[in-house]
Amino acid sequence: MIKIKNLHATIDGKEILKGLNLEVKAGEVHAIMGPNGAGKSTLASVLAGREEYEVTEGTVEFDGKNLLELDTEDRAREGLFLAFQYPIEIPGVSNVNFLRTALNEIREYKGEEQISAKDFMALVREKSALVELDAKLASRAVNEGFSGGEKKRNEIFQMAMLEPKLAILDETDSGLDIDALRIVAKGVNTLKSSENATIVITHYQRLLDYIIPDFVHVLYDGKIVKTGTKDLALELEERGYDWIKAEVEAK
Amino acid sequence: MGYTENELAKDLENQEYKFGFVTDIESDKAPIGLDESIIRFISNKKEEPEWLLEYRLKAFEIWKSMTEPSWAQVKYVQPDFQAITYYSAPKQSKKYESWDDVDPEMKATMAKLGISMEEQKRLTGVAVDFVMDSVSVATSFKSKLKELGIIFCSFSEAVQEFPELVRKHMGTVVPMTDNFYAALNAAVFTDGSFCYIPKGVRCPMELSTYFRINEGGTGQFERTLVVADEGSYVSYLEGCTAPQRDENQLHAAVVELIALEDAEIKYSTVQNWYPGDKEGKGGIYNFVTKRGICERNAKISWTQVETGSAVTWKYPSCILKGDNSIGEFYSVAVTNNFQQADTGTKMIHLGKNTKSTIISKGISAGKSQNSYRGLVQIHKGAENARNFSQCDSLLMGDTCGAHTFPYIECKNSSAKIEHEATTSKIGEDQIFYCLQRGISEEKAISLIVNGYCKEVLNQLPMEFAVEAQKLLAISLEGSVG
Repeated sequence: MIKIKNLHATIDGKEILKGLNLEVKAGEVHAIMGPNGAGKSTLASVLAGREEYEVTEGTVEFDGKNLLELDTEDRAREGLFLAFQYPIEIPGVSNVNFLRTALNEIREYKGEEQISAKDFMALVREKSALVELDAKLASRAVNEGFSGGEKKRNEIFQMAMLEPKLAILDETDSGLDIDALRIVAKGVNTLKSSENATIVITHYQRLLDYIIPDFVHVLYDGKIVKTGTKDLALELEERGYDWIKAEVEAK
Repeated sequence: MGYTENELAKDLENQEYKFGFVTDIESDKAPIGLDESIIRFISNKKEEPEWLLEYRLKAFEIWKSMTEPSWAQVKYVQPDFQAITYYSAPKQSKKYESWDDVDPEMKATMAKLGISMEEQKRLTGVAVDFVMDSVSVATSFKSKLKELGIIFCSFSEAVQEFPELVRKHMGTVVPMTDNFYAALNAAVFTDGSFCYIPKGVRCPMELSTYFRINEGGTGQFERTLVVADEGSYVSYLEGCTAPQRDENQLHAAVVELIALEDAEIKYSTVQNWYPGDKEGKGGIYNFVTKRGICERNAKISWTQVETGSAVTWKYPSCILKGDNSIGEFYSVAVTNNFQQADTGTKMIHLGKNTKSTIISKGISAGKSQNSYRGLVQIHKGAENARNFSQCDSLLMGDTCGAHTFPYIECKNSSAKIEHEATTSKIGEDQIFYCLQRGISEEKAISLIVNGYCKEVLNQLPMEFAVEAQKLLAISLEGSVG
């Protein structure tokens, strides 16, 4: 699905990613954990194609294509989805209008027909039920006046609507209470298939009780320094990151 | 911007000379400059009644004693009023011999606006040879209006055909003494539109100056008078979304609306005059006086989408004279490059239980300056008057400016006045969010801007709203990132 090799990226001349390697195959769930400032959100931004970041070295292959050569919108159209840590408000633009525009742009890119209003509304009903999103929120302006939990659920709702190949969840658990967390996780798990993959970026292992990862990676100082299974997340929860830092520095 | 209007303008100018439309015009042209003899010349050419000539001359005397206002937040070189030709016979509109001759960029722009092929041909002046051509459509509309007793014609025609109506109402809302440009207009206006809706009649269609566009040029000193008699309703559309070119740099129009008891007038404008090039050279000065008066239970609603002109000075206002009358002002003003706009409204509450709503959305991009200037005035007798004002500014980039000058004068303690104002920036974050969902930048800007202007665009008649949405996107193309 995605192959990241020796990825280096800078912002304002400062290097954040310093030779990151990661491969995610279809059907897999990978968790990326790490202390503050390790470069977790930078990785998400670079993959999604945020302009402020400059890739100085390395390659990223996404579904056989050179991801770094694609424009931001084309990455999305190829099936890369980023659930934002801080979802953006777009006043006056209804969620459904926003999603319909997105869905049709993706369809156009793939040479498919525009979705009919009837099919679209049926899809909205089906997918909003999945994340227990109030139908009223679907017709309200994008994220405007949404609570923190509603915004995060709305991200998963959008993901469900757009059916990406690779979803990157950037700290989707932050600011969620336990019920919202369960709903979000249920949404992600339901959408999981052998055709798609998920990268979960998180601070806490709590989310991983609900979304069980196949691999857990520790990102530290711009590199992945340790890889393990769910148990690694539990160990991090218990012991913190200092022992990892010590290990890295000892090398 | 995807196209440069400057190039388009040049093409149009060349086209015109190529086809030689200067012929025969000399004899119908007043000499350059302005004095009493010019005004007599205009009045004589138009075969006007004596009272109108006197009206013009009086206005001219008043104008001479006035000075050009300088309080607006705009900078420009003052026009030389003695260097303008105040009368030339209505020129033939620019005509192309065939559709193939029309500038491809202009075609592209109109296609982007979603203007139908037939409409495109009409706007560029290409003869339309379909059975259902615009002229016959307009004619069939006219006969329907006639059945209902609705008068909709050019101002000159109205002066000839309905002198009593014109004389009774003209200058009652915007007196010649009102301001410098209004006085000038009263002295030298050449033509415009006149509309009268009889008692109790609900005009069944949107009245649009579109229908009259080829029946004689509008000219730079346009005058519009709309009278809605008791209990009547009319929705009036002015302007069009296609880029409009004019050789005259100064435009000083006057629009007067009169809503008698229980009447309602909805007046919508889309203004897309040539804004000057990217360096700020050229462009139209648009100095307009628009005002309406509401009698008892009457309602006037102004909706404007302003995207063009180099300098705009414009405050569509309502005098809420009658009890329970309602005034509304919905505005989107876009400025890009070096454009300057100083626009807003005045709501004058005289009657009891009068209500006014002001929704103003300014969008500034490039190096432009965009100001909202509004006055809410509650007079002594205006018991229980209410006003709600919302003035929002959206900035694109960091070299533009947005300014808000809200004035409130309240002389009645029972009044309720609310004012809200916000300033926001179109965020790179918002654009990125859209891009990440697969939406192109162009569509993203269009979505965000239209979302921001929604309350105003919702007020426009459907067909106009769709075009206005696209126009906003085109006006702001390439303004982000």
